[in-house]
Amino acid sequence: MSETRRTAPLGIVIGALGSVQNAIFPAAAAAFSGGIGGWGLLVGVGVGLAVTVIGSAFSYIGWRRTTYTIGEADIRVESGVLSRAARSVPYERIQDVSLEAKPLPRLLGLVAVRFETGAGGADDLALEYLTAAEGERLRQLVRERRDEEAAAPGADAPADPAAAETGEVLFRMGPGRLVTFGLFEFSLAVFAVLGGALQYVDNVTAIDVWNVDLWYGWLKQQGSTVATLGPYAQALAAAAGLAGLLVIGSATGVVRTGLRDWGFSLTRSARGFRRQRGLLTRSDVVMPVHRVQGLVIGTGPVRCRLGWHSLSFVSLAADEKEQSHVVAPFAKLAEIAPIARAAGFRLPDAATPWHRASTRHRDDLALRDAAIFVLAAIPVAVLAPAGLFLIPLGLAVLAVGANLYAWEFRRHAIDAAHVYASHGFLSPRQDIAKRLKLHSVEIARGPVARLRGYASVHLGLAGGNFAMHGVPLAEARALRAQVLETITATDFSRLDAPPPAQARSEAHSGFSENFRAT
Amino acid sequence: MDQTPLPLPPDEDEELTRVHPNYAHALRVQTVLASLPVLVAAAVSEVSLRKLDLLPPGLVAGAVLVIVALLVIRIPQTRFNARGYQMGADRLRVVRGLMFRSDTVVPFGRVQHIDVNQGPLERFFGIATLTLHTAGNHNASVTLPGLGEALAREMREEIRAHIRRETL
Repeated sequence: MSETRRTAPLGIVIGALGSVQNAIFPAAAAAFSGGIGGWGLLVGVGVGLAVTVIGSAFSYIGWRRTTYTIGEADIRVESGVLSRAARSVPYERIQDVSLEAKPLPRLLGLVAVRFETGAGGADDLALEYLTAAEGERLRQLVRERRDEEAAAPGADAPADPAAAETGEVLFRMGPGRLVTFGLFEFSLAVFAVLGGALQYVDNVTAIDVWNVDLWYGWLKQQGSTVATLGPYAQALAAAAGLAGLLVIGSATGVVRTGLRDWGFSLTRSARGFRRQRGLLTRSDVVMPVHRVQGLVIGTGPVRCRLGWHSLSFVSLAADEKEQSHVVAPFAKLAEIAPIARAAGFRLPDAATPWHRASTRHRDDLALRDAAIFVLAAIPVAVLAPAGLFLIPLGLAVLAVGANLYAWEFRRHAIDAAHVYASHGFLSPRQDIAKRLKLHSVEIARGPVARLRGYASVHLGLAGGNFAMHGVPLAEARALRAQVLETITATDFSRLDAPPPAQARSEAHSGFSENFRAT
Repeated sequence: MDQTPLPLPPDEDEELTRVHPNYAHALRVQTVLASLPVLVAAAVSEVSLRKLDLLPPGLVAGAVLVIVALLVIRIPQTRFNARGYQMGADRLRVVRGLMFRSDTVVPFGRVQHIDVNQGPLERFFGIATLTLHTAGNHNASVTLPGLGEALAREMREEIRAHIRRETL
């Protein structure tokens, strides 16, 4: 079954044509700089030919050195003239085979074959170029292999389409909630818009908006009017200005939120989660439940004091602008819990065994931040007017306070199926991931961390990042051992299927053993 | 040239396998190549300074040469010593870094595809780099350089076989 092949020889032609394309510019440059008197053209043609010949030769050698092997268990591609690169993709990991034909290869009946795996994107194995028939054959072959392996009946048998369309509503935002939400989305972006508009005004009217003198004169005029009013009136005017700013900012927030999240609804149907939102541009996103890799519970500095949070799903798919899909932008934790449950996650509760970050980590951070400000205070004390150096010193004290406070929120936890991490002090954020759906575990330590015996734990999460900082080293090791135990119990190809009951209980008992050990 | 290997930090409880000794040689050649521009610059400044007659001859070039020589002798060996790996039945552990140490474990069950790469220098020294690709954003590809070429291929086969077993 193992056969080593070369890609289609016609591929050399494409490489050669590519080098002709590359030759055009140097040839033209040579032709124009080659002097007058008929020689320029000759030099140009010569340079063009040389570039083409060299490019074609490279294309040929590259072709000679590129082989692919359809093996028993994997597809393997070896390439490289000076460096050798060999990539092996097991059939089990190939999710799809895509055939891509750009115009030129298409003319020659060639396709680029791409084997898509979970690693995604740029790192995928690609074969350029194969004949269309060979590409099709490869695709068939991979599909057959996969079907053989997936012979067992899939658990996610498609339900009848009617049931798939209607689903239970998990979360919905009415206009009242939207307005509250909008008030927290305070934004001064409107001033940027106004600035743009001013520029426009500048262009169409004779008033020179950017003329400082004009504004200064106007301000002086107004200012003198204000000055005659006395201090109380001045304070009143300032307060009114601030209030105006607040009103404008809040109104902007409400409008922007309304535009984005009007009629926000999240439903759970047989096909997965379905999110609809938007006033002018209505968006409708469907995400299968098994694609959800993790949860992020975010919040804001003010809203978190009032119990408002947001929930996002981490997955490989990216939302419009953000990395993760917001599924509940503004909700109480009691509303978030059922959504998390529907996605198969459990929110941390009183029983969650939270661990704090190392106090040494806290002290080091506080010391580092304070040191920065203290160092800044030295040149200020020397150069600036007396007394000014108190400002950076005050900031240093603030930095220490902020770090001590932030430590309160830097926690991590692990339970039978999940890992949790939380950090941030003004708007604490929580990350939740399934132990089973992690891909790697790294313990990273800088010089200070090594000296002081703590570490950062980075967990490989598809579509997002998951890190715990300042974890005492022994704890980090134990955590890694526990997570790895869960990961190794189930292969990637079985992640999306419901895990066999046996494996689950194994993982669980393993966990409790570990737990006793720690 | 040859130095007693630095002991791994005592907290690394489990036994780590060292990479191929040729990796240190490859690193050394790499360091030499990287320091060539500095040496050339030192030589040029030496020549131009001699005309000014400010410093005793050979001071600049000599100092640079000594520093480069120290680096070439010292750095590759420490970098080599900092490297280690541990091939388990179902996971690969890779340890790297001098100042910033990182200790990564990739379970074979999460490997998407496997690369064995050799640059020109690596080919000369008969070593190879094994790269495991995972689907996670962090550690999307974990590289382990400095393996003997045959060993790298062997490890690839082993990991692949594990993936096959797991999915059957």
